[in-house]
Order: sequence, then C-alpha cells, then structure tokens
Amino acid sequence: MSKPVTKITPNAAVFFDNDPQDELITLNIGPTHPATHGVFQNVVQIDGERIVSGVSTIGYIHRAFEKIAEHRPFYQITPLTDRLNYCSAPINNMGWHMTVEKLLQIDIPKRVQYMRVIVMELARIADHIICNGILGVDTGAFSGFLYVMQEREFIYEIFEEICGARLTTNIGRIGGFERDFNEVAFRKIEEFIKRFPPVLKEFENLFVRNRIFIERTSGVAAVTPEQALSYSWSGPILRATGVDYDVRAVSPYSSYEEFDFDIPVGTTGDVYDRFMVRNDEMWQSLRIIEQALDKIKKEPVGVFHADVPEFYLPPKEQVYTNMEALIYHFKIVMGEWETPQSEVYHAVEGANGELGFYLIHDGGRSPYRLHFRRPSFINYQMFAPMSSGMLISDAIINMSSLNIIAGELDA
Amino acid sequence: MDKLDNQKIITRLQDRYGEGLAVIGEPHGLLTVAVNVETIIDVLQFVKEDPELRMNYLTDITAVHYPRQEQEFCVVYHVYNMLQDVRLRIKVFVSGPIPTVPTATTIWHGANWMERETYDFFGIIFEGHPDLRRILNMDELDVFPMRKEYPLEDPNRVDKKDFYFGR
Repeated sequence: MSKPVTKITPNAAVFFDNDPQDELITLNIGPTHPATHGVFQNVVQIDGERIVSGVSTIGYIHRAFEKIAEHRPFYQITPLTDRLNYCSAPINNMGWHMTVEKLLQIDIPKRVQYMRVIVMELARIADHIICNGILGVDTGAFSGFLYVMQEREFIYEIFEEICGARLTTNIGRIGGFERDFNEVAFRKIEEFIKRFPPVLKEFENLFVRNRIFIERTSGVAAVTPEQALSYSWSGPILRATGVDYDVRAVSPYSSYEEFDFDIPVGTTGDVYDRFMVRNDEMWQSLRIIEQALDKIKKEPVGVFHADVPEFYLPPKEQVYTNMEALIYHFKIVMGEWETPQSEVYHAVEGANGELGFYLIHDGGRSPYRLHFRRPSFINYQMFAPMSSGMLISDAIINMSSLNIIAGELDA
Repeated sequence: MDKLDNQKIITRLQDRYGEGLAVIGEPHGLLTVAVNVETIIDVLQFVKEDPELRMNYLTDITAVHYPRQEQEFCVVYHVYNMLQDVRLRIKVFVSGPIPTVPTATTIWHGANWMERETYDFFGIIFEGHPDLRRILNMDELDVFPMRKEYPLEDPNRVDKKDFYFGR
C-alpha cells in the first residue's frame, strides 16, 4: 500500500491565535485540568462567561489497544480491557469473556453467570458512585463524595477478595472464574448490601431535594431523545432523556432475564435527570445483587467455571502432575487452541452505556480484528456542539455528568 | 406487529436492491449483508426509515483491512432496531489508493467521530464529511496504523535483541 496521496486539511476552526481586537477569548480547558477528570482537551471560545464554540481534542492517552489485540492471544486481551473504563473494569472483563465464549459457543453454568452478575453490578455501583460523587464536587458539595468513597473502597476490597486486584482487576477467565468466591468474599458482599443502603440514603438526602443542587443542575444541558439517538448515545445519559434502552433488559446476557429489576428513566435529559437515573440504578443494582445471592445458594456448590478444558487454564498443581493438563496448559498459553472462524458482536451494558466488542476471528492465535465500541467515545462527541451558548460552569457539570473516562475515550 | 427476523430483513432489502445486495451470512444470529459503495447511503437511509425495519440506532462504524483481497478495505456498519432487539451488519468493500465511501453524517450525527476514527486508523475517506481529521493519533502521523502492513513494534529496535540478555 502506498502512502496517502491527499492530505486532509482541517476545516474546523481551531482557535489558537488570539486576536487582541477580537472580543472573544480562547480558553483551554484541559488536557490536565481538574475539571476534565481525565486527560482530554477542550478549546473553547468564550464571550464573557458564555461559550461561543468549542473543539474537543482527544487521544492523549491513546494506547492502540486494537492494534495490540491483533497480536495477542485471547486471554492476554483481558488486561487490555481493564484499562478502558478503569472505574468499572470488571464489566469490561466480563464483556470480553462473554464475547469469546459466544465465539467458541461455550455454555456457562448458571452459578457462574450469577457470580458474574454480582461482580458486574458491584462494578456498576462503584462507577456510579464516582460519577455522582464527582458531580457533587463540581457543583460545590464535597462531603457527599467522601461519604460514598468509603463504600467504593469496600467494593474494591470485595474485588480484592475475589481476584486479588482492585482497580485493573483482570477478573475471571474465559469460561468462568479463576477460583471460587471464598467465604470472606460472600460475607463481604452480604455486608455490603446491608451497609450500603443507609449511606446511599444519606447521599441522596444531601442532593436530591437540595435547593442549590437542583438550581445548579436542573434544566442544564437538556437533551431530547431524538438528539440523543441521533448521536448514538447509550447508557444512563440516554435513559435520562426518556428512552428506556438498557442492554441488560433489551438483549439480556448472563441470565439477566431471570432478574427482577426496573430501568429508571428521566424526562428532560438534563444533568439532574442523569444524576437521578444513576442514583436509582444503584438501588436497582443492589436489588439484583440480593437476588443473585439467593439464586447462587440454589446452585451446586463449587462450580466456578465451565467444563471446557481446551479453553480454560487447568489448575497449576495438575499441570505438574497430569499429562492432559500439561498439554492443555501449553496449548492455551501458546495460543494453539482450535477456534472457529467467525465474527461476533457482543454488547454489554457498561456503566456508561453499550460496551460492544466486535471480533473478527480467522482461526489464528489472535483476533484478526477487534474493535471496541466504547460508550464514552461515542457519548462525548455531542459535548462540543451542545456546549455552545452554555455557561462555562454549566459545561463543566455537563461534562462530569456525561462521565467521560479518558481510558475509554481513547482506547 | 410481527417479530422482525432475519429472513424478513433479507426479503425486504432484496425487494428494493435485488442484485445490488449480497447476503454474507448470519454468524451467531447477526445478519450480515454487503452492498455497493454507491448504494450504501441509500441502504442506511432505507433501513433507518423503513416502517418495518426501523433500524434507527447506529451502533458502530469501523473498518477491516484484508490486504490479500482484491477489495482491500471493508467498512462495517452496525445498525440496530432497539424496539425488537434486531441487529444488522452492513459491509461495504472498497479498494484503491484512496478508498472512498460517502459519509453517513447526513443520516446520523453520531457517525461523525466514528468515521473520523475509521479515517484515522485506516485512511478511508468519507466523502462529504464535515470535519474529517485525525482524532486519536497525532496530526503529524503520515501513515494509517491499523492497516495490516504496519507492524506492532518497530522491527529495527535493538533493545529486545537476545544478545543483550546473554542469550
């Protein structure tokens, strides 16, 4: 392939030269501004306190995951997915495992599916805690953030008990989990569903009927459902506009169809609605975790992975003593497993929206092509157009209610 | 309304496009079709607005590079009917030194950054795009890194050579 012949000239205005005669001022928000909560830049032109127009520049932490994934066997891609939305890494891990399992057509035991549901819902709570807490900080209320942060710490302790890691979890394996949840993990999950509701209630009391918070957020950055769908929004911010699209309910995976939960929706799609949708989703997640714990008790004890020795790494003590285990271990680590040629699109409901994995496999060691449909990336493109005419302070809380995670933005 | 299934989609599309539409298959239940580059925008518009198909949600746009095929690049559109949970994958194969596809930003605003990302990594020109610039890579980059001819690491780097490690 020859090098590109044409060079495309940017025809969007990027205003770096300040004309002293001009009444408009150019302001850089980011790349490392505290208000962006991540590494991305917005160059805005302001007239007083109002934004006239803006350009988003992203890609500061682009790490070429899609290219790296073309050179790695499947199980080595899980740590890459950790680093997409690092506030809720387990959802990404599970989404990737389920994509590969769909490709390989592995049946997952019910108990494993419920364990996955627990882990994913805990991650969702952890992510929503951050987003709503930070929204509070951006509107000037710091204390709520600190109350709930303690609970996020507790969720990370549960992850630590399950898989040993806290933030970039690399949790689970293709075909199930690497080990069963231990006694402590179950005890901590049960403790969490007892201790979290009062804290969340207190957090709600600080914000939901708070006059300052309502005046600050209500009516800010309102989005109609038509706009949201045209911009391919998904997740809580789409539901805040009134569209009840949730992947968990519309096309259930991992046995979500067996659970009884509601999908909270907003009416106006403003920042306050997004806050409320996330808040209510945390209550629903708690409901789901409670049901999953009940369901796990009815399943056979000790099942934590599917019976697929050709894809699931054998326990280390067997590798040293059992010849079949050694062969499977070698084959899996060297990527010599036999896999079908196919293409798969699998979507899970990430904390920010529809997280999709588009995998094209040609039967080799690594994917032929792997594309991540990253909700933050797609949700964020509306930010610059919708900011025109907005006050700077409104644009900041709009940005934090979109919950843009730089890792997911840039992949 | 009856449940929309893949057979219905095929009939509906073939009634309109006939030979111009090729059914590739249904891997894991997701209907995949290929259309000509001339008709792609019409197809997208049709599946979005047709009262039976109603695939009004653009999930994703991306591309794939097949260097050994005659038609080297494949632009993949995922569209979605969220009321009935039916997805459709539409592929367009293009080639040439400057592979060109008309833009879908006229149909969905959300196509803007998806197409910019595809241009950034594969060098596919989306004709009529309002702002086709690089998005994740640096502006000075003069290659399209997701094409298969670009290796993951620099083959000339010496810091991973065995003799530095006494091997």
